[in-house]
Amino acid sequence: MSKKEKTLFVPDAPFRPGDKPDFSNLKLPEAGSYDKPDTSVDPSEISDLAFGLVRVLGDNHKAVGSWNPNLKPSVLKEGLRHMTLLRIFDDRMLTMQRQGKLSFYMKSLGEEAVAIAQGMALRPDDILFPSYRQPGLQFVRGRNLVDMICHCITNSKDNVKGRQMPVHYSWKEGNLVSISSPVGTQFPQAVGCAMASAYKGEDNVSISWLGDGTAAEGDFHYALNFASVYKAPVILNVVNNQWAISTHRNFSSGEATFASRGIAYDMPSIRVDGNDFLALYSVTSWAAERARKGEGATFIEVFTYRAEAHSTSDDPTRYRPKDEWKSWPLGDPLERLKLHLIDLGEWSKTDQNKLEKELDELVIKSYKEAEKYGTLNEGPWASEETLFEDVYKKPPRHLRKQRQELGI
Amino acid sequence: MAQMNMIQAVNSALDIILEKDSNVCIFGEDVGYFGGVFRCTDGLQSKYGKHRVFDSPLAEGGIVSTAIGMGINGLRPVAEIQFADYIFPAFDQITNELAKLRYRSGGEYSAPVTIRTPSGGGIRGGHYHSQSPEAYFTHTPGLKVVIPSNPHDTKGLLISAIEDDDPVIFFEPKRLYNGPFDGDHKKAALKWDTHPKGEVPEEYYSIPLGEASVEREGSQLTVLCYGTMVHVAREAVKLSGIDAEIIDLRSLVPLDIDAITKSIEKTGRCVIVHEAPKTSGFGGELSAQIQESCFYHLEAPITRVTGWDTPFPHSLEWYYFPSQERVIEAMKKTMES
Repeated sequence: MSKKEKTLFVPDAPFRPGDKPDFSNLKLPEAGSYDKPDTSVDPSEISDLAFGLVRVLGDNHKAVGSWNPNLKPSVLKEGLRHMTLLRIFDDRMLTMQRQGKLSFYMKSLGEEAVAIAQGMALRPDDILFPSYRQPGLQFVRGRNLVDMICHCITNSKDNVKGRQMPVHYSWKEGNLVSISSPVGTQFPQAVGCAMASAYKGEDNVSISWLGDGTAAEGDFHYALNFASVYKAPVILNVVNNQWAISTHRNFSSGEATFASRGIAYDMPSIRVDGNDFLALYSVTSWAAERARKGEGATFIEVFTYRAEAHSTSDDPTRYRPKDEWKSWPLGDPLERLKLHLIDLGEWSKTDQNKLEKELDELVIKSYKEAEKYGTLNEGPWASEETLFEDVYKKPPRHLRKQRQELGI
Repeated sequence: MAQMNMIQAVNSALDIILEKDSNVCIFGEDVGYFGGVFRCTDGLQSKYGKHRVFDSPLAEGGIVSTAIGMGINGLRPVAEIQFADYIFPAFDQITNELAKLRYRSGGEYSAPVTIRTPSGGGIRGGHYHSQSPEAYFTHTPGLKVVIPSNPHDTKGLLISAIEDDDPVIFFEPKRLYNGPFDGDHKKAALKWDTHPKGEVPEEYYSIPLGEASVEREGSQLTVLCYGTMVHVAREAVKLSGIDAEIIDLRSLVPLDIDAITKSIEKTGRCVIVHEAPKTSGFGGELSAQIQESCFYHLEAPITRVTGWDTPFPHSLEWYYFPSQERVIEAMKKTMES
């Protein structure tokens, strides 16, 4: 008689260093498999979308199905340009970090479509509460590259005055709310922000992103619940890139999809191919339309893969196969959009090479210009007295005294 | 002028500010239809509408985080945490987010959130309906911390807190809601109608944050206190026969160090009284600051009368709660050194 060993179950990553990654067991529906519902749909009627995967770009790089947003080639090219720029920008910043010119950096490799497609599907007055891996939103809204670099090298022109680590952008003009390191905190804040839009009778929406790992935080639950209770005009995204530093998504939840959690909060919940620019654009537009009509919040699981290290302080070869990304069945978002444009006869490899060269020059030029305002190691940085400013609207007496103690 | 208890003073402040500023909204657990478990928001929802005064899910972290989002988007939210003991699920949002938002964004973003929360013991509240967690928040740059001790100050300070563009944690000593309490629990409960500060103007007025109030002028010793302890100290001074000056701090951050210094330079002696535990309590900060700024005027060591370094007990509450006797004893000892 066999007796089942009773002990604590602890999940594991499917593949570890030395393993040959094989994702053939992933259920990946064909592009166009799901119909786009009306925005007024009852969430319970579309629960298949929470377990499935909305895809528009098929393996043959053609756009298919009712989720196809039918974007103009000019819009697709704009998206490709932003994604290419982000990839080049990331590479350059990583190099600078390795040379000691930045204290820290985080890349978005493999996840470029997330912020760029979703950002392009929104209006400029929609309010963004990103995590640290959606810098592409700033390209979409036209932020000056020099300003972004000045923040990352924390020089005298850093608009957050050198107070935060690199990639913790804040950009009021672009409606991008200050990024903070504590994960998930921005998720329910976005809900409150959306509640305020509804309170004031405005039709802009708020949107936030967190990762698969952060979906285990209490703030995740607060956000979904408040969004549901008050029917807040908000879009809540969990970017499931499979990894939270070294922790596989299996430690963040059970086997079910992240999107399926949204069903229990009575919210339309959609799982989308995160490497498919068109699907992301389409699902986000749908969610924004719902929100603007007063139909409430939408929950989106963006299914993707974190192709790079978590940050410049991380070495992924210690916990996953080195070439795991190459086996990822949903490919590379940039390549897929490029091949789609080529298939449409709107783009060529030559065009792409030309674009890459142009953008590389732009990034280098911007970097050089940013360094005119100071460098991490040599300064100038924000002036010393700013250390005591903005703690409060006006420095109270005790802070003015501490400033004098520092001799400034 | 009208006679108000502290609950009515809170209600009056909220009523006036709701009327004055359409961006003010009030929410929290049971604050809407029901009017609050302490009645502080009674009648406000029916007067101003469901979208301005509303009930929330039972989630303190959700209340504060959504309040921050509302603040970012131009509202001036007043969030209620039902008991200060339950503010801790929101601790991350308060200390890492609310307090740091203006600073970390280089001044681009801020959230003028007021968090009202009943605090303090003396009501048989045990561990989780008695705490005085002010020191957790005074230790966090970016927050202002206010604790009134009477209806008149409550209304004026609460209006200031809500109108302030910085986040304010507003502790309301629940033992004082219905009447002043001097620490003698055997005596019949008093009402605010016999207390001069139960007289409250019905119209708008404000009391600046960061200004202490001299509760009693004296020459021999300074007692620093706030909240319920103001009344305990007052009775203790009366019984002791010592001509002590009692300062009601009202606002811990920013702190009115001028008022404190001025008093101690006159008296040369200081007793600090608070309900919260002693170790790392706000009294430690007061003591250190006085030592730094009044060292040559001090004629005796600074003494602290505080709650013990234990969780707040239920049956042994009156052994924990700083009593008149303990305050008198500390004053006498300070006078003898």
